Amino acid sequence: MILHELLDYTTLRLIWWVVLGVLLIGFAVTDGFDMGVGALLPFVGRTDVERRIAINTIGPVWEGNQVWFILGGGAIFAAWPPLYAISFSGFYLAMFVVLAALILRPVGFKYRSKRPGARWRQGWDWALFTGGFVPALIFGVAVGNVLQGVPFRLDDDLRVFYEGSFFGLLNPFALLCGLLSVAMLVMHGSAWLSFKAEGMVARRARSYGSLAALATIVLFALGGLALWLFVDGYRIASAVVTDGPSNPLMKAVARDGMAWFANYAARPWLLVAPALGFLGALLAFLGLRAGREGLTLLASGLSVFGVIATVGVSMFPFILPSSLDPRSSVTVWDSSSSHQTLFIMLVSTVIFLPIILAYTAWVYRVLWGKVGEAMVQDEAGHSY
Amino acid sequence: MEFDVVSLSRLQFAMTALYHFLFVPLTLGLSVIVAIMETVYVMTGRAIWRDMTKFWGTLFGINFVLGVATGITMEFQFGMNWSYYSHYVGDIFGAPLAIEGLMAFFLEATFVGLFFFGWDRMSKLGHLATAWAVAAGSNFSALWILIANGWMQNPVGASFNPATMRMEIDDFFEVIVNPVAQAKFVHTVSAGYVTAAIFVLGVSAWYMLKGRHIPLARRSMAVAASFGLLSSLSVVVLGDESGYLATEHQKMKLAAIEGMWETEPAPASFTAIGFPNQETRETQHVLQIPAALGLIATRSLNTEVPGIRDLVKSAEGRIRSGIQAYDALQAIRAARGVEAAGPAVREAFEANGRNLGYAYLLKRYVDDPRQATPEQIAQAAWDTVPQVAPLFWSFRLMVGLGIFFILLLGTFFYLASRHQLERRRWLLWVAVFAIPTPWIAAELGWVVAEFGRQPWIIEGVLPTAIAASSLGISDLLITLAGFVLFYSVLFIIEMGLMLQAIRKGPQFGHTTLPPRPAAPAAPLPGAVPAE
Repeated sequence: MILHELLDYTTLRLIWWVVLGVLLIGFAVTDGFDMGVGALLPFVGRTDVERRIAINTIGPVWEGNQVWFILGGGAIFAAWPPLYAISFSGFYLAMFVVLAALILRPVGFKYRSKRPGARWRQGWDWALFTGGFVPALIFGVAVGNVLQGVPFRLDDDLRVFYEGSFFGLLNPFALLCGLLSVAMLVMHGSAWLSFKAEGMVARRARSYGSLAALATIVLFALGGLALWLFVDGYRIASAVVTDGPSNPLMKAVARDGMAWFANYAARPWLLVAPALGFLGALLAFLGLRAGREGLTLLASGLSVFGVIATVGVSMFPFILPSSLDPRSSVTVWDSSSSHQTLFIMLVSTVIFLPIILAYTAWVYRVLWGKVGEAMVQDEAGHSY
Repeated sequence: MEFDVVSLSRLQFAMTALYHFLFVPLTLGLSVIVAIMETVYVMTGRAIWRDMTKFWGTLFGINFVLGVATGITMEFQFGMNWSYYSHYVGDIFGAPLAIEGLMAFFLEATFVGLFFFGWDRMSKLGHLATAWAVAAGSNFSALWILIANGWMQNPVGASFNPATMRMEIDDFFEVIVNPVAQAKFVHTVSAGYVTAAIFVLGVSAWYMLKGRHIPLARRSMAVAASFGLLSSLSVVVLGDESGYLATEHQKMKLAAIEGMWETEPAPASFTAIGFPNQETRETQHVLQIPAALGLIATRSLNTEVPGIRDLVKSAEGRIRSGIQAYDALQAIRAARGVEAAGPAVREAFEANGRNLGYAYLLKRYVDDPRQATPEQIAQAAWDTVPQVAPLFWSFRLMVGLGIFFILLLGTFFYLASRHQLERRRWLLWVAVFAIPTPWIAAELGWVVAEFGRQPWIIEGVLPTAIAASSLGISDLLITLAGFVLFYSVLFIIEMGLMLQAIRKGPQFGHTTLPPRPAAPAAPLPGAVPAE
């Protein structure tokens, strides 16, 4: 098959780095408001009806949104096998906690309203809270650790050895990132609730959301400052080969205090990413105050986009640096699938992603409109 | 069983995968049955069929959500527990998983919400398209995951790259049309259809016995019996065994299933009953059916089916060849490239490279396979024999159940066509008690497929023993205990809700919705519904 030569290896790797970003951002923007609503559930809903309103705003769509996460896993496996192998085995127990929380969530949505008992429903409310709050926190903590470098090394056979511990993940910088992640997704969840819900639920969401938007701005700024002051970046210290075989051990890597800021110095337009992070959150704050629901949702989505893109852009070309043995670090140029696999996967993505976006948009359109008390109380209705 | 990382990882994977597969077959089949019922509703406009769609749809939903939830674990577990595997074959194995997400998961997950919430928001045809989109999504998902699994059984279209120390793709088309994958897909999907058919049959039979919801039960049984009978015939006719001669180890699996230690002259006989003994390497007290195995396995009277001893001899040869490949690989890596290593090394690697995985079988006994003694090589060759007795019995039980399904569904098909479903109460009880049996058959099928592939994780390419992550025992004990506890609780809750929904029965009455303007044309199932 010569077809894959149409795009050179370097370009394909770059495209797949962007696709990885698109998938993670797609997950954070769509499933992000589901997690935000989960984390807000006990607070925006004080009565059973209020909670059902909150749940039913995401009732019909969480399942599709969650596929972004599963597809993210599959795409990392297909396009960045070393990243898949190293990150999930390294963060083993943290991943287990995330999985358990994410398994609780679908079950909570589906089963909560199958029985009327107050204890049954309260139990599931906490399950839904856990399913929203815990993954949001852990994903942030994971990113915080990735920015600092993760203690793994590869041996000559490219077998991974991880020498960190679960509690080692919970360092101050990582926890700061975790809080940022929670604040950001709570902001996004609030924006969604003020857009989709009626009555008290929407009103409470607006006040929690304004707080969360402010917290996002402050924590994002603090995170940048801490990264500047306390966290060393990494840079490739040998000649950069962008189309060589995918073997991380063929390069040299140096730690460098300012390396995570070097891309902005070289290409100042990249500052668009952090700017969007701040600006989106600010707009979301103003939108929530002014009751401009559509604008708010768009703005909080942009903020999520900006924050995640900032992490990716800062680290480029690194994806998963190693603090233990820096040359084992996973970078865009030496940790992808083969040329042909990247091409096949790109073709599949180009075929299917527009179809997915089209039918997802159609489904959201069919389900357009607010969720209120009348709808969840309707006996003939089909709500949770 | 030893208490090491590899064994615990295997136990965890087996447990989570078998648990996941408690929900998958019902999803596969019930999605289609529900879509069929809704099709009848749209075509005839009779409200009873809408009630059936909603009732079975509710049960589908309770089951579906756990299939999705436990599937999350599966998507990440390769990386968590099998990191060397993920590195070694991710270039090939990752692709079908990602395509599964793109083509199947989004389709079923996006439309399943609309299926439940969209009854009053769309035209009849629009909603019907939604039901078929869910069914298509579930079935596409089975296709891609079985392409991935088929490649583990028969790794075609890929080769080892010394520069990256992993398998890389040569021809993706070969991976897709892999005969083992195709046979598995048809077999697994049909098994899912049978599972759902027997589920619908059994629940409906229970309603008949209780004298409740008779019109719904009668029609549901007719659908289940005809759909199920067709599917159960397809499970057997297009059974998995057709793929068993594709490769050496598939032959080994077949020989182990048959407890056949010696090669028999064609056509081989089928051992209906026997007691395989791994220690003495023979199967005792056999009851054989002449020529049957040769016919089933080779579809001919003159092709030989090789026995275990001969296959072990052949494995020993491949181990010796693998040692030469391993030696050449070390030379290539020392020289930093195939070209730099010189023509002699290159030729040696080209001649023996496909047996490299066999050298890795020696890693259990010695760090450097080149230092292996002849005894260790012989030992490693015998390691290629899976545990015979569990395979032998799992397979027979599965086939026995398959025959039972055909008889059961055939009987009910006959009764339904004669409108005599309610006459024989004892038969209805048989249908009720038959509900769990397809699950037993399906789980046994996976035991045969995966346990029978041992000692390989990728047949002939990568032994299971070196594929696991470098985790601590305590990590594994924590997650194993966590999964057991968590999954048990979820299972009890799911069963409770399922039984509650069945006891409650259909809730919708024969009300009709206000008529809606008909849509111009029905979108095809699986296609993007038009605006």
